[in-house]
Amino acid sequence: MKPVVFDPDLCAGCATIDCLMKCQYVDFKDIDDARTEKLNINEGRDSRVLHECLTCYACQEYCPDHNNPFYLLVERQEEKGLLPAPRPILEEQLRMMAPRGRIERKMVSAPVVDMCAFPMLTGCVRGSLFENASTIVGTDIFCNIMWLHFAKNSVIRERVPKAIDNIMAFYLKDANTNELVCFHDECYGTYTSVAKAYGISVPFKPIHLFDYINRRLDVLADRIKPLNQKIAYQRPCSNRLSPETDQTLDEIFKKIGVERVPRKYDRQNALCCGGVPRAQQRDELADELVEKNLTDMLSTGAAYCVFNCPFCMATLGMEVAERGLMPILVSDLVQLALGE
Amino acid sequence: MTAELIQRLSKIVGPRFVSNAAEELYLYSMDPGTMPQAYPDAVALPKTAEEVQQIVRLAGELKVPVVPMGAGLVLSGLTRALKGGIILDMKRMNRIIKVNPLSRYAVVEGGVAQGMLQAYLKKYHPTLKHSMPDAPPIATMAGNMCIHGSGHLSVLGGSHSDMLTGMEVVLPTCEIIRTGSCSVSPDWFGRSPLPDLSGLFLGWAGTTGIVTKLGIKLFPNYAFNDMLIFVCEDADTMPDVIFRLTGVQVAEDMTPWMTPKPDWAKGFLHINIAFGAHSKKELTFKRNLLQASVRHYIDRKTAGFLPLPPTQKNRFLKVPSPDLARFADLRKGGGFEYVGAMMAIEHFPEAYRAGLEIAEKFQVSYSLGARIIGAGHAMMFFFAYAFNRADDEDVRRASEALDATNRAVLDMGGIPWKAERPAQVQIMEKMDPDTFALMTRIRATLDPNHIMNPGNWEK
Repeated sequence: MKPVVFDPDLCAGCATIDCLMKCQYVDFKDIDDARTEKLNINEGRDSRVLHECLTCYACQEYCPDHNNPFYLLVERQEEKGLLPAPRPILEEQLRMMAPRGRIERKMVSAPVVDMCAFPMLTGCVRGSLFENASTIVGTDIFCNIMWLHFAKNSVIRERVPKAIDNIMAFYLKDANTNELVCFHDECYGTYTSVAKAYGISVPFKPIHLFDYINRRLDVLADRIKPLNQKIAYQRPCSNRLSPETDQTLDEIFKKIGVERVPRKYDRQNALCCGGVPRAQQRDELADELVEKNLTDMLSTGAAYCVFNCPFCMATLGMEVAERGLMPILVSDLVQLALGE
Repeated sequence: MTAELIQRLSKIVGPRFVSNAAEELYLYSMDPGTMPQAYPDAVALPKTAEEVQQIVRLAGELKVPVVPMGAGLVLSGLTRALKGGIILDMKRMNRIIKVNPLSRYAVVEGGVAQGMLQAYLKKYHPTLKHSMPDAPPIATMAGNMCIHGSGHLSVLGGSHSDMLTGMEVVLPTCEIIRTGSCSVSPDWFGRSPLPDLSGLFLGWAGTTGIVTKLGIKLFPNYAFNDMLIFVCEDADTMPDVIFRLTGVQVAEDMTPWMTPKPDWAKGFLHINIAFGAHSKKELTFKRNLLQASVRHYIDRKTAGFLPLPPTQKNRFLKVPSPDLARFADLRKGGGFEYVGAMMAIEHFPEAYRAGLEIAEKFQVSYSLGARIIGAGHAMMFFFAYAFNRADDEDVRRASEALDATNRAVLDMGGIPWKAERPAQVQIMEKMDPDTFALMTRIRATLDPNHIMNPGNWEK
């Protein structure tokens, strides 16, 4: 088993301990307190952070040295058997999301859009935005990044290489492309950030949905009807693994004529949608996060709440709609601007 | 005899509502369960209590059995004419007579279906609801009440017979009597403080009279509804979990379920918990109470609540639940039956293990589960077996599994619910002899001609 790529000396020399000091969910008295806890984690000792962590991925983004603090934290949680969620919840999820072994070879052609394990969203891949696109979907190609929320790096190590093999063997090997458009941030994060940190090789080129859309909008520029709307964006945890794509999203919004309203809880300060803490049996915290997100969005005067994560949308969508905002996925919003 | 019977029945209910046509007698000879067919001589559909009265008088005169039937969905063959005679199909007596919204009760005729009252309340009294069993909506109120049924408000209000406020009954000797407050007052508010005669007709499988009207309790229909699914791995913890969850007294319904399909669920024990409130704040408060009640297990990571996004909860909040109906068709061919056993909640682990062993031994498709009655005062534990009616071997295996289940249930101190004839025999063998003697004397007093659904509750 390859250890997570992590440099303890680099971490020890860190002046800011941003990974913990910027954390929105675990409080520290001061930087020395944070440093002590970080050292405990690094050296395999128990730390309250291992127990209190919301698993929001944000420390991956906060770390100025890109030293994989979150992946290491998950490693330590698993080593110590510190499950964020009760065992039966974890076990059922493991079974639900296990590869079925029912994958069948399918001829695909570029652009190939990876819908991960969620067939209910394949209908989003339509119209001129996804012209001639092929979709692939199923638990046999599930990106498996969710196990970061469940202290299960071992499952990532076991299942991600198989998913990658399946994508290649059943779809991309005979296709006219080596590119895989990742509809979800999770998949892109897996095949870029996670794979690199866990020493998993990726034989195809992952393309983030935002990069794909941004390129397509250049092609379809004459068809864009600016929406002239204010939107509140709910940035998902998995986008912390590819923060550079957030700028691409800004470009998309600019092209389709929407204003991403400044929110207290956006960008680096994005707040969890509240879904994961419910798995951790922390519903009261989840309620608080939902309320903070909603109050924040409503205060901006936005007409839409835009999601890129289907889980965030499932968690917040109904609440958002009840409070008068239209919940919508990024791709659907773009299609709206394309008059589709 | 049959010609005379048909002719005289026609005079009472009209020729359109009597039949002895072979194809119709075939349909009335069975229910969807495993019990063998038993043919009636005739089927009649009365419209009024007076017509029921006249039919009973005719049956007494001709010494012909009478078998009252609602929708015929009992699954344990209780509406089969074991000794021939007349099946009295009550579906035409389908008037909703009144709803008292302030005192929260409804009075309906004996053939009113669950779905009819549900739709009526939704349209005219949207702030009220009644407890729906997880049966097809055509199942009747009276039929379910008379078998001590239960439903989606049974944690809140007990078994459906606990929700009964009074009845109008045609006795085997033709009198029309009333039980409960309606025997003294125009109001059907309850069964106390009078001697409770309703018990003479509840659980007797139609052997003591024919219910033509009944009053039932209604409950607040909340604007906000939610549900939780608790999951654990250890059956031995279930009685304590149920005790804790019911102890906070906010759930309307609690239904444990254990099933081998889908694959992810096999080996885990789940409890669906439904609750409602007048506001979101109240709903959250109730959810927090439920979660806090089992914090002991959550903190040890041995159990917890499934994280369900709001959009995924809707299917679990459907009333009646479609899930059992889906399982019922698992083997195709239209066969489905279950042993529902009333028992104390401490027998949950024993019942669970017995169900697994029996399913394994007889190689039957199974689904195990329960409905909690009251604040954990009892449960209806069900052992459901789907089978293909067109496959004799499948039917035989299911029958044997049911028989073994009935015996296991009685051995562990439970009692088969709405017991089919063979299970009645098993119960009677176990019953205190003086109690059974009293049952026999009461029945003989009420039904001296022995015409009411004979073959049931008899040694």
